[in-house]
Amino acid sequence: MPELITEVERLSLIIEIGGMAVRVNTTGPDFLHMLEGRYAGYITSAVTPEIQFDVELGPPGNADPHADAHVSQRDGRWTLTRGDFRAEWEPAQRRGWIRLRANPHSIDSVLRIVHTLVLAKEGGFLLHSASAIRNGRAFLFAGVSEAGKTTISRLAPPDVTLLTDEISYVRRLGDGYVAFGTPFTGELAKLGENTSAPVAALYLLAKGRENRIDQVPPGEAARSLLGNVLFFAKDEKLVQAVFHTAFEFVSRVPVSRLTFFPDARVWELIR
Amino acid sequence: MSSLYVARSSRVAARSLDGEMMIMSGRDSTLFTLNKTATILWQAADGATSLEQIVQQKICTEYEVDPGEALRDAESLARDLASHGILQISEEPIGMGESK
Repeated sequence: MPELITEVERLSLIIEIGGMAVRVNTTGPDFLHMLEGRYAGYITSAVTPEIQFDVELGPPGNADPHADAHVSQRDGRWTLTRGDFRAEWEPAQRRGWIRLRANPHSIDSVLRIVHTLVLAKEGGFLLHSASAIRNGRAFLFAGVSEAGKTTISRLAPPDVTLLTDEISYVRRLGDGYVAFGTPFTGELAKLGENTSAPVAALYLLAKGRENRIDQVPPGEAARSLLGNVLFFAKDEKLVQAVFHTAFEFVSRVPVSRLTFFPDARVWELIR
Repeated sequence: MSSLYVARSSRVAARSLDGEMMIMSGRDSTLFTLNKTATILWQAADGATSLEQIVQQKICTEYEVDPGEALRDAESLARDLASHGILQISEEPIGMGESK
């Protein structure tokens, strides 16, 4: 009698970003191989994952393949959809599933969204900013596209450890904040170092003819920070939490405008 | 003109920083920065004090304005804030615990 049931090999790895470990289970060896390359430096086996996702590979079955991300919660279950993925996650069970095509952008987006949800509850956030460590302190460089995140990352001298050129990972720790390296890359296409340091300053980037640091009024600092925080969920409580987190952050971390001419001398101001 | 009552919505987050009142809608994450008059109105919007009383006690004492004109402006402002879901308007006093 022929075998009616074939045991499917379960493949998995743990991706740890910002101190939060996520196990990804898949049945696709090629997908696993892609993840190993995409998250090199962030894969670990030494920790217990806080969340496990079972990944099914294939079309997510969404009506609009170009739909924007939609993130909502009902009865303790989060639903994350975009044209290229669909995911569900129950934090209480620490488990979820994802259906997506096997490409790095889709899994990257799901992970980013999950991290924003976890961080929002803990007083942290993901920020559209480059970040780097110098002399044991982390500096964030926030700005929209073309503001200079990649440029300032590229200009960093050898004693600077780059955490990311695109999306910074910020967690609350005691009375301060800590920035972690991320594998979320921008134009530089170079993974950040998987390390962390206390946040010393947030700079709002502006390109100019000279290098200059100017103080930013607290209200503008909070508005600019909120304008660069990544958050996707339609959830009143978490939106309110992110709002208050931004104000806590600007009350504890100096926020300035960094106008810079794109050459290496700008780093003389950042110490 | 009948009395209007205004109450702060519980579905927003609000903070005053260095004299600036900022409010974020929990519904769609829109961020509002209130001017001084709107801040006075927001802070006084307890659901129990009528808009007319707020204008008389908080706005006309701060600015040299005609009370009737100030009330019309305040009502227009209140309706604008209500349209964004950050303030509730009613012709009856509003229980703050019930504000949506």
